[in-house]
This record gives sequence, structure tokens and C-alpha cells, in this order.
Amino acid sequence: MSVRVAPDGIKDVTTPLDDEDVASLRAGDRVRISGVLYTARDAAHGRLLPLIEQGQPLPFDVRGQIIYYTGPSPARPGDVVGSIGPTTASRMDRFTPALLRLGLKGTIGKGYRGAAVKDALREHRAVYFGAIGGAGAVLSRHVKALAVIAYEDLGTEAIRRLEVEGFPAIVINDCHGGDLYQDGQKAYAREGA
Amino acid sequence: MRDVHVSAIADAVKKLCMEANWNLEPDMLRAFDRALGTERSAAGRQVLQILKDNAQLAATRRIPYCQDTGMVVCFVELGQDVHVTGGGLVDAINEGVGQGYREGYLRASVVRSPFDRVNTGDNTPAVIHVDVVPGATLRIMIMAKGGGCENRSKYKMLTPAEGLPGVKDFIIECVKTAGPDACPPLVLGVGIGGTFEKSAILSKKALFRELGSPNPDPALDALEHELLDRANGLGIGPQGYGGDTTSFGIHLLTYPCHITSLPVAVTIECHAHRHKEVTL
Repeated sequence: MSVRVAPDGIKDVTTPLDDEDVASLRAGDRVRISGVLYTARDAAHGRLLPLIEQGQPLPFDVRGQIIYYTGPSPARPGDVVGSIGPTTASRMDRFTPALLRLGLKGTIGKGYRGAAVKDALREHRAVYFGAIGGAGAVLSRHVKALAVIAYEDLGTEAIRRLEVEGFPAIVINDCHGGDLYQDGQKAYAREGA
Repeated sequence: MRDVHVSAIADAVKKLCMEANWNLEPDMLRAFDRALGTERSAAGRQVLQILKDNAQLAATRRIPYCQDTGMVVCFVELGQDVHVTGGGLVDAINEGVGQGYREGYLRASVVRSPFDRVNTGDNTPAVIHVDVVPGATLRIMIMAKGGGCENRSKYKMLTPAEGLPGVKDFIIECVKTAGPDACPPLVLGVGIGGTFEKSAILSKKALFRELGSPNPDPALDALEHELLDRANGLGIGPQGYGGDTTSFGIHLLTYPCHITSLPVAVTIECHAHRHKEVTL
């Protein structure tokens, strides 16, 4: 079991995740993620999809893993990474169901996901986490190690393996159909606005 | 005529790019403080507090506030009595951008072509707008414009009959569709009137006005307040987690237009609203 509720009410999540871990996460849960994250955004996803379609191996085994949609800024000398906040997730929507089918258990980004992704989260038991967009400096403090593992030519868009500690996020879409954006916004929407 | 050497221009732009990305402007920091006092959502307040901490950490460590250090949009007011020496004005600005992004550990986020998408490696070129104005000074304003929010910017050509109500509804619709994708609390720059391209340029220029300062036109100022109140009633809140602070400000600029037209352009800007200027 890789999900534990800490005394402060936040769920400590350790990668990799299995179906049971995913099922225990609900929209609106605050989490701290520790373990490994893989970064990939537009260009890397564009290279992964043909590999999946041709049944070829991917640069990393996605089973049980979490992909973080981000392209970090360069590290200053002595730092692990520069600023590293999430990018808009919906641009990856066209690629996500295929990765979930292969056993990917989580994605981290910001913004709405399309209906096909939400359906795939339910079908394949996976979760979409939100990290705070624009908090790249704060989030960088949770990255303890970084290695480029594929597509170095893509620069910031290369696939990186991150080791993170207590990386703060929130469950946006769970595998039960829960949606933090819907619930949270309804609570504060004013009639006629 | 007053001579301004290109090296002074490049050096100024380099500094603006680095400073804008490391240090959020005081008007934005004040907006965070104001919102922390009014936001009812606990999740929303938490986001605002983390963003404030993020600004502090970025400034202290001289790392970018957001990893998306933007594409540089540069407005230049070139005094007609200024003589740029030693090279070209546009080249000097791009030289400054390249130096600033390389030396400031800022992300290279620009590709050389929309189709082959090969990164230029130093965030050049900038998008540059030059106005020639009276005088002997050179004013350079830069914005590090993030991509996620820019992707939610919109344009609509309304009919004159749709009028002000149509304009208001379109602006609010833009906030709704931007939602959490564009990193709220948002700042909106709106250009109304002119032609297709004029309204879009005005929508960018409107973002350079200090946040919280009144629109010099009292009618537009009242309209800005009305729109802001409506936007903040949508419930989207900081990061879209739900709350009262969906937008920090909506800035309007207008221009005369054709009898047949009512163009409206809305630039969506995130809370990482990085703008800075200098006068040489």
C-alpha cells in the first residue's frame, strides 16, 4: 500500500502505484508524492505515441508510474533543477488514454482534462493530480535528483526521471468520476455571474 | 538628435528579462495580499499563500517564478529625436533577450518554425512593436508572456448591434473557457476597436498598466470594475480549485473603429504577470 494518511490529513503517496492505491485517492485529496516521476510534455508525447502504435518498447516502463507534465528551466550551478511547475494537461489528452492502457497510473499537470481522459481514468484505474501552476520555484525544492533518460535533443521537453520528496499536489480527477474543478467551482459560483 | 548605442539597448533588455522572471512586480505582490484578505475558500487562500512564498523564493534564489519564462513581447516607444547607433534596434533587442535568457538560467521556450518546432535555444526572437513618439528618449517595455495562458487568448469580431452587452459577455466567456488551464488568478488585457490586428496589439499593451491603478477614462474604469466583479463571481478561484479570486484585474484599451466593426481581443495573462520597463 503506497498511500497513507498523515496526521495532518494529507495523504503521503509513494510511487509506484497499484490499483488499490489509486482507488483510495479521491478528488480534493491533498497529497505529498515521494519516489519517482517521469517528465514528458508535448514533443516527448509526440514521440511516444508512434512507439505505442507500433508496439515498440518505450524509453521507460510506464506501469505503475506517474508522468509529470513539465519542462523545467535550467538549473543554476549546484542546483538539481531550475523552476519546475506543471504545464497545461489538456494538450496531452490525445496521448493519455494509450499510456493509461499500458498501465500508467497517474499524471500531474494543471487544467481541465477531456471526457476521453476522464473515461480512461475510470476504465484503467488511474488518477490526475494537479500541481500549482506557476509555483515552479517552490516545487523545485521537492526534486532531489534528476536525470535525462530520453530525447535529450528536445531540451526542456526531454524525458527526465525525477526523484521527489513530499511533492505537493491535489487530486483533480479520481478513478471514481470525482472532479475537484467541478465541485470546487460550484461552491463559489454566484448566480447570474 | 540624441545617440543611443545598441549595446545600451541590448544590456537594458537583458536586465529586464532576468529581473522580470526572478522578481514579480510590486503590483502583483500587492494583489496577492489583497486577495488573501478577501478569499473565502481555504484551498484558494492556500494557493495564494504558496504563490506568495514562490515569489519570495524566486527572488531570493534568483530562479524564475515560473518555469515557463515566456516568449518576450516588447513594446518600444522610440523618440523621434533618438538616433540608434552601432547597429539595428530589433537586432539589439533580440541580442538582449538571448543574453538574458542564457545568462539568467531562463528557459528557452521558442521554436524557429511553427511546423518543424526546433528550439532556437536562447528564447529569441521577441515579438516587437515599435511606436515612434515625440522626444529624445527610448522607452522599452517587456513582458515575459507565458504560453499556457496565451493559448486561451481569444478574438471576436462583434457586430455594432451586439454593442457593449456583447463585449461584456465575450470577455466573461473568455475567463470561463480559460478556467484553470490559464493559471488563475488571471489578469486580462482587452483591446476593443481599431481593426483585427489593432485590437490584438491593444490587448497586450493594456497589460502594462499598473495593476490596481484606475483606467484614466472614468467610463472604462467603471466597466473594468463591473467586469472584474462578474469574473470573480464565476467561482473558478485560484488555480480553479474554487473561490472568489478568479481575476486580479481586467484592463481595457479602446480605439476608433469602422462603422461596420466591433473587434474585441482578449489577452489572457496568468498570475505570473511579468512585466518591466526602462527608459533610456
